[in-house]
Amino acid sequence: MPQISQVQATEEGELRNQSRRATWSRKSLEPQNPIKRTPLYDLHLELGGKIVPFAGYEMPVQYPLGVMGEHLHTRAKAGLFDVSHMGQAKLTAEGKDAAAVFESLVPGGIETLQEGRMRYTQLTNETGGIRDDLMATRFGDTLWLVVNAACKEDDFAHISSALEGQAALEIADRALLALQGPAAGEVLAQLMPASTDLVFMQAAWANWSLPDSGQSVDVLISRCGYTGEDGFELSIAPEHADILARTLLAHADVEPIGLGARDSLRLEAGLCLYGHDIDLTTSPAEADLLWSVPKRRRAQANFPGAETLNQHIENGVTKKRVGILPEGRAPAREGTQIESLDGEPLGQITSGGFGPTLGGPLAMGYVPAAFSLPDTQIHLIVRGKALPARVAAMPFVPQNYRKG
Amino acid sequence: MSKKYTKDHEWVQLDGDVATVGITDYAQSQLGDVVFVEVPEAGRQVGQGDDAAVVESVKAASEVYAPLSGEIVEGNGALEDNPAMVNEDADNQGWFFKLKLADTSELDGLMDEAAYADFVKELD
Repeated sequence: MPQISQVQATEEGELRNQSRRATWSRKSLEPQNPIKRTPLYDLHLELGGKIVPFAGYEMPVQYPLGVMGEHLHTRAKAGLFDVSHMGQAKLTAEGKDAAAVFESLVPGGIETLQEGRMRYTQLTNETGGIRDDLMATRFGDTLWLVVNAACKEDDFAHISSALEGQAALEIADRALLALQGPAAGEVLAQLMPASTDLVFMQAAWANWSLPDSGQSVDVLISRCGYTGEDGFELSIAPEHADILARTLLAHADVEPIGLGARDSLRLEAGLCLYGHDIDLTTSPAEADLLWSVPKRRRAQANFPGAETLNQHIENGVTKKRVGILPEGRAPAREGTQIESLDGEPLGQITSGGFGPTLGGPLAMGYVPAAFSLPDTQIHLIVRGKALPARVAAMPFVPQNYRKG
Repeated sequence: MSKKYTKDHEWVQLDGDVATVGITDYAQSQLGDVVFVEVPEAGRQVGQGDDAAVVESVKAASEVYAPLSGEIVEGNGALEDNPAMVNEDADNQGWFFKLKLADTSELDGLMDEAAYADFVKELD
């Protein structure tokens, strides 16, 4: 039973995706950077975290509580995630609105963001594929961006060069901690009262007095996350990340959560993982992300791949991302073939596993539009056997956001 | 007879010419919470090293190999209903299948308890 290697399947998958992505990159001939650590690396070891390589970083995949326990704890109380490997940057356009300028790279409604509000969008390419997905928050005429770890170097190079002469991108060397779960609001209210004013997809800069020295440091509090639960992402200078994490973990309701539960939580919430569920071969229409593309942007058609995206909207798509529920107990993992009941190949599972809150297997994948309606019966080919499954609406578990 | 072990972290308990096979406590701890088990049906012929059963955690799927050649006489169907038994009692009630051995000399290639303990120590 080769579990020593198998248990790291997600990480190997990620590394496989990175190498695949490297072929898309013009910089693929440059030597790979050595593996990096976040400012919380020592804390992860101290907490008994099992460290694996992920997106070029040594990250905890789980702690002694285990993936199942960490997942259920996050849904019941609050989980603390180190997401410092993600990329953070500030976009400024001298004399202009950076949010308006940024719209030339993404199909989202960014210019229309109110102060301190954030939106999910995608960096697209000329053929309508997705280079990365990201969060953008407006502060005045500037835009705060948070992008995926595995894509951040390419993203930042792309944004800087595409907007050269119009906007300047300043990469922020900051840690990022996510506090997620129904108790997150109450826990953070004690530390940072400004957090109580925020609703889902709203952010604010706040001051936090370090518990050891009393020194006041700035924290960017964003009420968002990747679990389907209420929660926050906290951006802080790297030298203060450890004390912030320890202060949050001192609360009885907070447990540290690794990448394993982060993946099962986001899958239950129906959220995409870049490089798996979305990539350069999927448009926002095919990925069922049109809710993030307002009519104004479709009409303007002034972002990369707008022509393809509008064709996909007008003529329909040949493949679409859907939720999938296997009818038995066997999980269907990434790469599993999807077939019609007649044995016709339909597509592949792009993320799949077991949902601890759902209490059973769940997946997402791409099927032709004709098979994308909920309750459509399909087969999943698992270890050579055709297992019955059905297309299902997402999220798989109800969202629990604080909408205000 | 005492248990024998494989480098794939399986244990084998011989009773006459029938071997009961499970995964070790170390293996279950590395896998984490087991959420799905598929055991072989009686009558299936397996060769040493063939895929014989499947064990899946939240994160990943793993194969359980036949540690010895022979014919499956029983799969532990109770695991399919209660996969967590693998975590709770890997050494006893969490057994995967029973195998009627074709060649008992294959047992000589397996490790005894002390050798397996040394093998695991090397991995940590």
